[in-house]
Amino acid sequence: MPSHRVPSEADVISTVEFNHTGELLATGDKGGRVVVFQREPESKNAPHSQGEYDVYSTFQSHEPEFDYLKSLEIEEKINKIKWLPQQNAAHSLLSTNDKTIKLWKITERDKRPEGYNLKDEEGKLKDLSTVTSLQVPVLKPMDLMVEVSPRRVFANGHTYHINSISVNSDCETYMSADDLRINLWHLAITDRSFNIVDIKPANMEDLTEVITASEFHPHHCNLFVYSSSKGSLRLCDMRAAALCDKHSKLFEEPEDPSNRSFFSEIISSVSDVKFSHSGRYMLTRDYLTVKVWDLNMEARPIETYQVHDYLRSKLCSLYENDCIFDKFECAWNGSDSVIMTGAYNNFFRMFDRNTKRDVTLEASRESSKPRAVLKPRRVCVGGKRRRDDISVDSLDFTRKILHTAWHPAENIIAIAATNNLYIFQDKVNSEMH
Amino acid sequence: MFARGLKRKSADGEDSPPAPPSYSLQRQSLLDMSLVKLQLCHMLVEPNLCRSVLIANTVRQLQEDLSLDAAWRLPAPPGAGRGPLERLVSTDILCRSPWEQQGGHSAPDSGGSPAPDLCELPGAPSAQAPRSAPGCAWEADRPRGGFQASLDQILETLESRAPRAAEGLFADVDGPYYDLDAVLTGMVGAKAVPGDGFEALASAGAPPPGSSCKRDLGELDHVVEILVET
Repeated sequence: MPSHRVPSEADVISTVEFNHTGELLATGDKGGRVVVFQREPESKNAPHSQGEYDVYSTFQSHEPEFDYLKSLEIEEKINKIKWLPQQNAAHSLLSTNDKTIKLWKITERDKRPEGYNLKDEEGKLKDLSTVTSLQVPVLKPMDLMVEVSPRRVFANGHTYHINSISVNSDCETYMSADDLRINLWHLAITDRSFNIVDIKPANMEDLTEVITASEFHPHHCNLFVYSSSKGSLRLCDMRAAALCDKHSKLFEEPEDPSNRSFFSEIISSVSDVKFSHSGRYMLTRDYLTVKVWDLNMEARPIETYQVHDYLRSKLCSLYENDCIFDKFECAWNGSDSVIMTGAYNNFFRMFDRNTKRDVTLEASRESSKPRAVLKPRRVCVGGKRRRDDISVDSLDFTRKILHTAWHPAENIIAIAATNNLYIFQDKVNSEMH
Repeated sequence: MFARGLKRKSADGEDSPPAPPSYSLQRQSLLDMSLVKLQLCHMLVEPNLCRSVLIANTVRQLQEDLSLDAAWRLPAPPGAGRGPLERLVSTDILCRSPWEQQGGHSAPDSGGSPAPDLCELPGAPSAQAPRSAPGCAWEADRPRGGFQASLDQILETLESRAPRAAEGLFADVDGPYYDLDAVLTGMVGAKAVPGDGFEALASAGAPPPGSSCKRDLGELDHVVEILVET
């Protein structure tokens, strides 16, 4: 089938993920490619410059497929990448499109054997009459070669579109979630998976709610959470039952009657959920806010931060142009003290949970040169307008930051702005108002 | 409650800023927009189920709102001192779906009184309580032919494109469609069949004052009376 996309659309970044040490950063794009960046070790010659990220490996993870039964294309877009904890010299990651999850192994080769007895340097068989003595092949250094190979393909597990994958803390299993079901896989077994959540109604006419995101608890291998399009979170315990349809805990905030509109449900839909590194909290993103939930309190979030409340009066327009369905991700910093999420106009927001300060920054070539300090931005909503303020009406809704990632330990963030990747290594404190 | 950003009527040379569109116009516009969105499924790629479900839920809400609205209008003629803004203000009416209003006979505030569930409270006529019921998502204030046709088209499109996505989301709207003539001429069966009777009365566009599911010729006469008066 001919592709109807313009060439540049394949480069749109669709997911960003640091590995567990932060040494590697993987991005996936709409064209099914994965690009892995590696942080260069800090140079001894310039101790003040922190290690920068350079391309380490690029490979084609998924190809477009055609489902002949439904006469529908299966997009090759990479929806999510998750790194496996490193267990040996190799690095492994899971990448998924709408239907198929793949396990990739990334290995380095920096030596090669030389001095074979039967073959020459080019691999051709030697004339045996020229061989007068035997030698032991030795390993000699060579230019670093990064090799990537698909080790497992987990196919045919999902009828609906996969929106999340999450590796369990046991490092042996992982889960994949689509709109209506969540499956548990063993990393070594590709021909079967266990269904642990199924919210598909007997009659599809009764469908009113879908699964939007899910994640395993970082420490308790039996716990996981999934979010819904109605704004609720369900924390499930796999020890309780084989099919975790009955949640252990339901986290839901009562609706604010004063803010109700026909769009209330849409803007309450949770687009991303992330456990804190400590495992004590969850972070959710809905259209206008990010919320922090305490695992011990189901009635309401403990903190709510407004990302772009000025859009509340524009919901109808945003519904019309489909922006209201944009799925923004959210992220914790390493110490769980700052949370980050993207917005429109290539803005992204950071909220310091302790100081309650927040900042709006922009990811764009024009406003940031290498090693320059990012300038805080402001959206004005009427009233006094400062010199560099942007008015709500001049926001560019085509430039949106949906995917962001925070280094697990340091203040390094990766921001995907359409087909550009920005990596900022600024100290967070200096950016707060 | 309604967001700005919808197309506004032209001011026709007035200096003052144009008045915001009426609530019902906004709501209708939103409903039309939603139906179009549901119809526009990608040709090659499976539609996004989450988006479809959210839009369908929005359409349901709009339908409910429309049906509540229509129910209020007949007992009290439209524009009788109640502007669209006041209906906007009565958020508790907007909030509550017809199901939640079972058995409630609270005093009408600016939005009108909630409707007891017809099927659950038979035989208790109430003079002016508006009627609505779950599962019979009818609305009376616009040509049903057009709406029905749009829904059918959507169903068809959705089913052919992505059978699993949003299957028959509006199945509850495909009840029998009796037109007014049928009701007035008593074509709708002589036997008291709760479901049919209700749907016939409902499709006449006039909420019967009686809450009984059983069809009653006396009620039909009353309905005709009201229709004629308005």
